[in-house]
This record gives sequence, structure tokens and C-alpha cells, in this order.
Amino acid sequence: MRKRDILLRPLVDENPITLQILGICSALAISNTVLTALTMSAALTSVLVFSNLTISLLRRQLPSSVRLIVQVTIVASAVIIVDEILRAYAPEMSRALTVYVGLIITNCIVLGRAEAFAMSHRVGESILDAIGNGLGYSAILVAVAVVRELLGAGSLLGIPILPLAGAGGWFRPVALMLVPASAFFIIALIIWAVRSRRKQQVEAADFRPCDLQERTR
Amino acid sequence: MNELLAIFIRSVFMENLALAYFLGMCTFLAVSKQVRTAIGLGAAMIVVLTITVPANNLIYSHLLRPGALGWAGLGHLDLSYLGLISYIGVIAAIVQILEMLLDRYFPALYNALGIYLPLLTVNCAILGASLFMVQRNYGFAESVTFGAGVGTGWALAVIALAGLREKLRYSDVPEGLRGLGITFIVAGIMSLAFMGIAGIEL
Repeated sequence: MRKRDILLRPLVDENPITLQILGICSALAISNTVLTALTMSAALTSVLVFSNLTISLLRRQLPSSVRLIVQVTIVASAVIIVDEILRAYAPEMSRALTVYVGLIITNCIVLGRAEAFAMSHRVGESILDAIGNGLGYSAILVAVAVVRELLGAGSLLGIPILPLAGAGGWFRPVALMLVPASAFFIIALIIWAVRSRRKQQVEAADFRPCDLQERTR
Repeated sequence: MNELLAIFIRSVFMENLALAYFLGMCTFLAVSKQVRTAIGLGAAMIVVLTITVPANNLIYSHLLRPGALGWAGLGHLDLSYLGLISYIGVIAAIVQILEMLLDRYFPALYNALGIYLPLLTVNCAILGASLFMVQRNYGFAESVTFGAGVGTGWALAVIALAGLREKLRYSDVPEGLRGLGITFIVAGIMSLAFMGIAGIEL
């Protein structure tokens, strides 16, 4: 695989969220404002780079019987570092993200990439793969956050964009967007959009009524 | 007692881990195709959460909390930064022990739970529940109730979603939404429905 592919394929073609259903928890929960989404993306990407780099370096020394526990320990150490940095330099943000920074440990993207890629590839490629998957995750998270913040609060990154009705403007905020459930709908629409373009990602139907088959014939 | 009951009800409905905090989503969406498997997974979730949350509560209050090591003459230490790595270690160990115990003494239950038990180690609902417990400063009794409550709530949500998805198989879903997409939408509507209970104060 070419280096460029390793970096760019996770953006749309193999997006960890929309195709592989990995790491959705945090993508849904903290996408209410763009700033939290950007911070979370940065945190996840740095953990991913650190863990892929370390695990790729250790891949020849690591006996497969204990590899999971070693991987979890490496990821947990990276998350603790990120968590402590956030607490020290951005305490407000750290409070806004509540437990979700800590939950990067159990984010399946991190362990998934360590297991599926870093264990069998060279260091340089593993780092590219980590950045690519981090970007793929960030793209979805930020896209959801842009929609939610713009429609839910009329602002982006805290800067007012749409004049609110309460302050003499015309825009009435959509309360649904402030509710976490809206993230479900937005991600579903993103998946729909991606799969309408990339037909090969469409899942096979579980059940086909016979009259429908005849109609299509 | 009333307070514990309130914690239980709140953690089952208003603060449902799956539908209000979106924890354990990977498993929630991936293992909800059939009601039978969802029941197995839900049961495993209740058992593991009821054990791990109180266990982590003990670890936090007797080893990690600032000043918790006073009994060893090390009262000045604040080890709470080691929280994350200890909780995940405790969870992994408990899941492993539980697996061996069930295999030895309750083989029927062990077979019913199957692969879901080991998978729970990396389920964020389990770690998340422990982190919430620490954040909200729950005591021991409270954390037992909280663990059982969030487990029950999660199980309820996954079984309900599986029931809906079983029916959904017979509907004509647009191509791009098939499978994952429509599951997201169904889960979103369920989450809105659960929010209807959120206004209740206990």
C-alpha cells in the first residue's frame, strides 16, 4: 500500500466511524460544540499516534499471549498524559469533556488500529495510519459538531453566526440539536450520504420480500 | 434507603448509559440484531457492572484518593492520576476471574454469555460507570446501587433495540441507510423517548 493511501483511505473509504462502527461513544456525546469536538479529536489523534508508534516499535518483542494487556497499558499511559495536560492547561475544557477523555482507553479505534495495523507494520507507516484514522474520526466529529452548534446555538466556535430571535434576529435555535440524540440522526445522514456515493459500502439486506424481487426483475 | 432507590431509578432511566451518555455504543449497535443475544449481553453487563463499580470504589477510596494512604503513613500522597490505569486493570482482572468462575461452576450461564464476557473489558460503559462513580463521590453502598442500576438500564436499552431491529428486517429501508444507518436513527428515536423520563425529579 502506498504511503498516501495509508494516510487518506481512513478519511472516507475506510472511515473508522461510519464504516467500522468504532469509537462512536465519544463521537456522539461530546459533539455539541465545535471546540469540544476539536479538543477531543486532538486528544484522540495524539493518543493514537503515541500508541501506534510505541506498539509498532515493540511489535517484534511482544509475545502474542500478553499483547492485549501490554497494548491496554500503553494506551492507558498515553491517555493519562493527555488527561493530565488538559487538566493543567485547559481545566475548563477538561471539565466539559468530563469522563470522555478517560474513555479514550476503551475507544475501539485505538486498540483496533494497534491490533490490526501497528502489530504488523513498520513505524513510519503505523504513524501515518494513526494520523489518517485520527483525521477520519475528527472529520466526522467536527462535521457533527458544526451542524449541532450552528443549528442549536446559532454560533460556531462560540462566535455568533446566525442572529438569534431572542436578540432581535431571525434565527430560532433548534432545540433538538442541543439534545445528544441529534448526533444519532446526523451520523445516520452522513452514513447515508457516504454510502450513496460509495455503493460498495452498502450492507446486504437481511430479508427480501419476494414481490419486490419480481418487481426489480 | 430512599436515596439509594432514587440513585437506582435515576441510573436506569434518566441517566441511561447507552441512550443518555452514549457509552458502550460499539457493542450496543453491533450486538443488537437478535433479542436472544441481546439478553445474554445485557445479563453479562449487569453482573460485571455490579461487581466492578464497587470494586473500583474500594480501590479509589482506600488507595488512590488524596490522603487515602493515611493508614500506611503516606497521607500526603495523591495517587488519583493512577485512576484510569487501575480501573481498567481491575476491570480486566474481574472479567477474567468471572469468566473462569462461571466456566467452572455455572457452565450453562458461561455458554450463554459466550464471547460477550471477555469483550466487556473494552466496553466503555464499564469504564465509564466507574469514572462517573469517582466523579460523583459515591460511597460504597451507593456505588453498588449505581452499578446495578446502570447495568439494568443498559440491558433494557439493548434488548429494546434488538426487539425493534428484529421487526425492522421486514421494512424496505433505503439502500444507503440499510444496517448501520437505520440502526442509528432507531437508537436516536429511542434516546428521545428516554429523555421524556428525564424531567422527573427524585
